[in-house]
Amino acid sequence: MNIIVCVKQVPDTMDVKIDPVTKNLIREGIEGVINPFDKNAIEEAVKIKDEYGGKVTAISMGPPQFKESLKEALAMGVDEAILISDRAFAGADTLATSYVLAEAIKKIGNYDLIFCGKHAVDADTGQVGPEIAERLGIPQITFVKSLKLENDAVVAERLLEDAVEKVTVKLPAVITTTKELNEPRYPSPIKIMKAARKEIPIWSASELNADPEQIGLKGSPTQVVDIFTPEKTTEVEMIQGTAEEIANTLFEKLREKKVL
Amino acid sequence: MNFELTEEQKMIRKMVREFTEKEVAPRDEEMDRTGEFPYDIMKKMAENGLFGIPYPEEYGGAGADSVCGVITIEELAKGSASVALTLDAHWLAVDAINLFGNEEQKKKYLTPALTGEKIAAFSLTEPVAGSDAAAIQATAELDGDEWVLNGTKAFVTNGDAADIYVIAVKTDKSKGVKGISTFIVEKGSPGFSIGKKEDKMGCRGSITTELILKDCRVPKENLLGKEGEGFKIAMVALDGGRMHVGAMAVGLAEAAKDIAVKYAKERYAFGQPIGNFQAVQFMIADMEMEIEATRLMVYKTATLRDKKIRYSKEAAMVKVFGSEMAMKTAKNAIQILGGYGYTRDYAPERLLRDAKLLEIGEGASEVLRMVIGSTVLRSK
Amino acid sequence: MTATNSSEYKGIWVFAEQRDGVIANVTFELLGKCREFADKLGQKLSAVLIGENLEDTAHELIYFGADEVILADSPVFSKYRTNPYTDILVELVNEYKPSMIIYGATSVGRDLAPRVAARLKTGLTADCLDLEVDDNGLLIQTKPSYGGNIMCKIICPNHRPQMTTVRPKVFPMPARDSSRTGEIVRKKVNIKEEDIPVKIIETAKEESKGPKIEEADVIVAGGRGLETKENLKLIKELADVLGGTIGVTRPLVDEGWLPPYYQIGQSGKTVKPKLIITCGISGAVQFTVGMQSADVIVAIDKNPDAPIFNVATYGIVGRVEEIVPELIKKFKAMLNK
Repeated sequence: MNIIVCVKQVPDTMDVKIDPVTKNLIREGIEGVINPFDKNAIEEAVKIKDEYGGKVTAISMGPPQFKESLKEALAMGVDEAILISDRAFAGADTLATSYVLAEAIKKIGNYDLIFCGKHAVDADTGQVGPEIAERLGIPQITFVKSLKLENDAVVAERLLEDAVEKVTVKLPAVITTTKELNEPRYPSPIKIMKAARKEIPIWSASELNADPEQIGLKGSPTQVVDIFTPEKTTEVEMIQGTAEEIANTLFEKLREKKVL
Repeated sequence: MNFELTEEQKMIRKMVREFTEKEVAPRDEEMDRTGEFPYDIMKKMAENGLFGIPYPEEYGGAGADSVCGVITIEELAKGSASVALTLDAHWLAVDAINLFGNEEQKKKYLTPALTGEKIAAFSLTEPVAGSDAAAIQATAELDGDEWVLNGTKAFVTNGDAADIYVIAVKTDKSKGVKGISTFIVEKGSPGFSIGKKEDKMGCRGSITTELILKDCRVPKENLLGKEGEGFKIAMVALDGGRMHVGAMAVGLAEAAKDIAVKYAKERYAFGQPIGNFQAVQFMIADMEMEIEATRLMVYKTATLRDKKIRYSKEAAMVKVFGSEMAMKTAKNAIQILGGYGYTRDYAPERLLRDAKLLEIGEGASEVLRMVIGSTVLRSK
Repeated sequence: MTATNSSEYKGIWVFAEQRDGVIANVTFELLGKCREFADKLGQKLSAVLIGENLEDTAHELIYFGADEVILADSPVFSKYRTNPYTDILVELVNEYKPSMIIYGATSVGRDLAPRVAARLKTGLTADCLDLEVDDNGLLIQTKPSYGGNIMCKIICPNHRPQMTTVRPKVFPMPARDSSRTGEIVRKKVNIKEEDIPVKIIETAKEESKGPKIEEADVIVAGGRGLETKENLKLIKELADVLGGTIGVTRPLVDEGWLPPYYQIGQSGKTVKPKLIITCGISGAVQFTVGMQSADVIVAIDKNPDAPIFNVATYGIVGRVEEIVPELIKKFKAMLNK
């Protein structure tokens, strides 16, 4: 069983601020952690490997500091880790990201299962997993809460809004994981010692033979035109009148705020 | 001089921090309330390799350095001083076996201790002999192939919870500290029993008991080190323990500071957060400075240990400085929380009770100041 | 990447999500919003309906604002599956070349849209909270990131169709107008069951338990100002009407009115609902730290100087017993419409 896990490093807090001038994220004091759903992906991959044998490779596209998360993945039991990093990848949207990851997966080759977290908690798109599946031309099972291997197929339960759907598909396939799938293990101190000293290979655009038109900003159809911190109304708005008037006004206000 | 943690030190810190936040911290209030020893947390610590981090891989440890060891204690103490204390006491016994045990003893006792399969305890103190180690009364006499131990040991951290006890007793009453030897005693040995369980002021999730040795028989080969070497073994082990107490102080104080800072930002008085007032800012500034100073001392001490340089004075210094810093920080956290700080609904009062132990156990501040002072005077 | 010739692409599409023939509310909400865009741009609004036996259902989409319904009806579509839905939708896009496709950000939309985007090599924005369209038909999409701490405006200037998934309930439900007429375009389907890799074994409806307090979108919270335990029923009822759950302050837990599970605040739980209505809670910081990041905070308390009004979005001065029954009445009437 050859398994590839896609890992993204995200800030350890979502309570982030934007520099109003540069429009960049203020990164000072923010540490990187593995995207929580990706930890479920790693756990599931390692669990399957422990049971059926094989090899788990973790890949991550991002700047050099994403190595930290790959090392943590190694300390959780992943066998190999590859950082896909190149200045030319900067500014990638999900389509360009999925292109690069799919190219890396093809280069690794011979895969049975590909795991991605159901979405990354920073950008919150959940698009890269299905886009990788499409680019590889293999099926996807999204929002998976339980997984079982049966010969050359997987049987998975998908967590929908108000139902659980049980599906089966022949391998290879892309699986996107929910936190209900498992309880991710902690990195083991013994494996930490090995992971910390391990050299993580870096694949650049040229090593992937990536089409320059499909990577980075060039390969990204979407563009961010503005980024801002949503206003938090600090001033309370008092609603007055009879109880009935208050109820009517409040209802309208809540409708405007789109919370009802 | 490099103040940057190594990659493995950072990874260990992150791992233990995560473990603590999830498995340990949420339980501390309950442990304090019930006074029950958290066997389940110990089991999880064992499963996740926390018992063996700074010890050799060949005996089941992770092979990390002593800085990783103090980081482990520090992070655990952020969530629970009791749990950190349990590991500190465990490592006291582990140090004794690791440094003075022969190959067979290490295989038999060190390995299960490092994997966490067995908890260990270290015992020197007696009801009437604490700082004055030479005054201990318990004895061991050789009877054929066995040592026969008699006496009562007091304030044994991990008493009852442990399966492996490193116990210092007199093998030669005519000599002072030179007449002390240490033995590895397994729980369940004939004549070995657990006495009174202490109802402690703080660190109530750690367990402290008496040990009663009544013609307690242990095999001859369980003598640790040489006959008469017991005091030396104890002092070497306590160097490590004191360093770890310093690390506990850092973690405990961090926890108190975090609560105080959070509260100072959220609590309003006179129309603004109380953190805007200098009286509060000054207390927080002191916390920050003193925690950082202690942390640097602790890490430096661990570095000396890794370099196999004697660190008795440094260990004594971090323990005295750190424990007093932790007391002050917890006390000021209570002050910042005001009335709430004085209630059991908030952690600082618990942290204060926990911190008090750090000034007493493994060498009281008074004795350690003597150690530090006399070392300085001798060297000048 | 090669840009698409935008001028060739016209028309606004809403992906009409249905389960067992029942259209998802988000689809109607999107039709309402996209109706505005269609009118502004002078373009046609189409709903793309994929499923089985949907002839009758198709008309509903017209009643809610669609000019036409493109219907792909086949047994292979009886339940949503990624591959056949992607295949047919991409085929339709290549045939009709719409300028934009809007999906609900649901388990279906978020599974389907990225697959379609990757096949068409076009842009896709996830989980939008707002959409605008400029005079040239460029869609300006507002999406939250970092758990809503940051908002991004995103465009897809050079590729078509422009695609986005939109979170349910962000646009109001338009009025149904059964006098509206429109065309139903039926698409011939050539997809065979044996070519579909994923098989659905079963679908089990989850029993609807009340939402967990930490995950609830709506919380109605009570404090000492409830005065009597009897009044807990009021906040329970209001929570039920809003599909939410209840929470309380520490004093009520200490009094034993409710178990600690329901406690919000420093020594209880931290919640981040879209809406929290606090009833008779003065707003000690020990409580507010546990709920102040709610999107909208409505505070009801009889003391006009209560600190809760410093954190509230909307404040109501009054007694819980007087205000809450009126809220229940109004919300019940409006939400069940």
